[in-house]
Amino acid sequence: MLMLSLGTLGAVLWRAEGPGALNGADWSAVRFTLGQAVLSSVLSVALAVPVARALARRRFRGRGLLITLLGAPFILPVIVAVLGLLAVFGRSGLISSMLAPLGLGPIDIYGLEGVVLAHVFFNLPLATRLVLQGWLAIPSEQFRLAAALNFTPRDVARTLEWPMLRSVLPGALLVIFLICMTSFAVALTLGGGPGATTVELAIYQAFRFEFDLGRAALLSLVQFGLSGVAALLAFAIAVPGVFGAGLDRPLTRWDRDSAVRRIMDGLWIVLAALFLIVPLGMVVLHGAAGLPHLPGTVYWAALRSLAVALGSAGLTLALALPMALAAVRLGGGRGAALQAAGTLSIAASPLVMGTGLFIMLFPLADPMRLALPVTALVNAAMSLPFALRALTPAVAEAEAGFGRLADSLGMTGMARLRLMLLPRLRRPLGFTLGLSAALSMGDLGVIALFADPGHATLPLQLYGLMGAYRMQDAAGAALLLLMLSLGLFWIFDRGGRAHADA
Amino acid sequence: MLTLEDVRIEQGAFRLAADFQIPAGAIVALLGASGAGKSTLLDVIAGFLAPKSGRVLWQGQDLTPLAPGARPLSVLFQDNNLFAHLTAAQNVGLGLRPDLRLTADQKARVEGALTRVGLGGLGARRPAALSGGQRGRVALARMLLRGRPLMLLDEPFAALGPALKADMLALVADLARETGATVLMVTHDPADARAIADQTVLVADGVAHAPRATAALLADPPPALRAYLG
Repeated sequence: MLMLSLGTLGAVLWRAEGPGALNGADWSAVRFTLGQAVLSSVLSVALAVPVARALARRRFRGRGLLITLLGAPFILPVIVAVLGLLAVFGRSGLISSMLAPLGLGPIDIYGLEGVVLAHVFFNLPLATRLVLQGWLAIPSEQFRLAAALNFTPRDVARTLEWPMLRSVLPGALLVIFLICMTSFAVALTLGGGPGATTVELAIYQAFRFEFDLGRAALLSLVQFGLSGVAALLAFAIAVPGVFGAGLDRPLTRWDRDSAVRRIMDGLWIVLAALFLIVPLGMVVLHGAAGLPHLPGTVYWAALRSLAVALGSAGLTLALALPMALAAVRLGGGRGAALQAAGTLSIAASPLVMGTGLFIMLFPLADPMRLALPVTALVNAAMSLPFALRALTPAVAEAEAGFGRLADSLGMTGMARLRLMLLPRLRRPLGFTLGLSAALSMGDLGVIALFADPGHATLPLQLYGLMGAYRMQDAAGAALLLLMLSLGLFWIFDRGGRAHADA
Repeated sequence: MLTLEDVRIEQGAFRLAADFQIPAGAIVALLGASGAGKSTLLDVIAGFLAPKSGRVLWQGQDLTPLAPGARPLSVLFQDNNLFAHLTAAQNVGLGLRPDLRLTADQKARVEGALTRVGLGGLGARRPAALSGGQRGRVALARMLLRGRPLMLLDEPFAALGPALKADMLALVADLARETGATVLMVTHDPADARAIADQTVLVADGVAHAPRATAALLADPPPALRAYLG
């Protein structure tokens, strides 16, 4: 893991031009990267607060389903979501066609608006889950006490809710800021041009179109510096876990309710649900027509993607399991440091890693031929923080419960792993495999740097179809990609749950 | 013979000293109030905790440098004595090979051990499908197959009702007699000691005292024991 992050950085350093070589376009890319990340994270979190509050205090049919759905964008391929958003907000999308009879021109979301829109689409659900966790963590006895003291809603907000938000919001903002800073595929598909290029997109362009490795390396350093500062911030602010459990329980409250409040809550929930569901519905609707007529190249790309996804899932496990075991065995400070090292790659940039690997591989072999293995490796590194967060507590629990028994029976090495740990880790292992496979399946990052059209994965192929305005094929491919990603996650996660006894 | 040679244990503010011998083949109870250090002493003998000073010897061999699994002893803990995801037969089989690669002959021995403890035919069950007493029997069957000369019991039957607990203790005594094993069992109940232990080690006031005949000790308890018995 260290090899992967520091080794690639070393390679990048070696090839980078001096910092004086940064031109005006590069600085504007830095400004755009930071600007869109700030805007996206603030908007996501600001909108998440009313939605989470409504979800926390209302009960309705489908509430559990909606909350589960809020977890889905995480494993949703970016390019599929972009296609769905374009079908709703694009020039020939739903909203534009509704505006046309009113004499209003079609809306255009390419540029900053589109990048922020897509980031909010992905991160509003995440922010909502994080804030909802905070709401549900307030003991219901506190609300009972507030009711007994005849608090007004304003009093409840001041004494109970605002302090909770103050502790939850910084972490949520930071996580989303980090995600938006390194999200390449959104910028690739919806950004571009002088006014809307992120640093990662600039790396890609220097690499792909100008074939200027020195500049790509220099920009990688800039991206690494940005991520590094953000990662240092992450140490200061507790970053919350992305997957909280137990969000199904609605909050019991006794403070006074009103019709206006009920209507507002309902409105927020309906709007958030529509914002999530309509774009995906459009993907399914348009895709169903295109799916039966997909060209053979799309199926080949799908097969390559499946191979990459499965390879990446295996690699993730091969990296994460030893790290989790070591973190638990070392315990205390050193174990925590190991876990932090793994978590840091949430701030790492796949494009930086890709550039570094390219520079390292170039003298040895043709990097284009290694596009698929490199993609699997970088995807695995990106899944690592989530894998560690799922596995480490489960390993600790297994050792706490059965470690002494295994010790007393002399179970060491492989026997201990096979007979004691793996059976007790089935659920987190299934979840980890499913998550990493789905993330890799939908990834449009490193592969864009390396692959030629003959070795494209499904997301890259889909990007190519969009670029060629073959929209029916693109819609069909998007539906295929959506089904494969969700299907991979479902199969592995399900496999971990089946006969998981005691 | 098990020898505790000037063993001193320190855990934070807690201190315990032990310096005595237990003859091979004896069944000895460790009796004392909760928190007196009975389980801690067992942990030191089993190798889960290193003593501050002193040595633990079995038949003259120093056990101190050995890992728990390499010591000539088997342990039954208060709980989690069986792996919940393995069948009863697999749990017993771990006593023969920790990697469970058993030959047909070894599998037959597993079935034999299960039959000996009264669980013939139940080998395919998971612990969740067994009663508390049956789970204790599975753990005893494993102990039987491991065949280590020293058996350490850290109140594994404390959660069972009185009649069931008496049955299990009787089974322990039978197995110990058949195999010639030495038994060291932690208990806070003098009735347990009276039931099967010919000798009792009193653990009180930071000292594990040398073993004395159980009947005599309980008939004429020293002040520390009298205070505990009430």
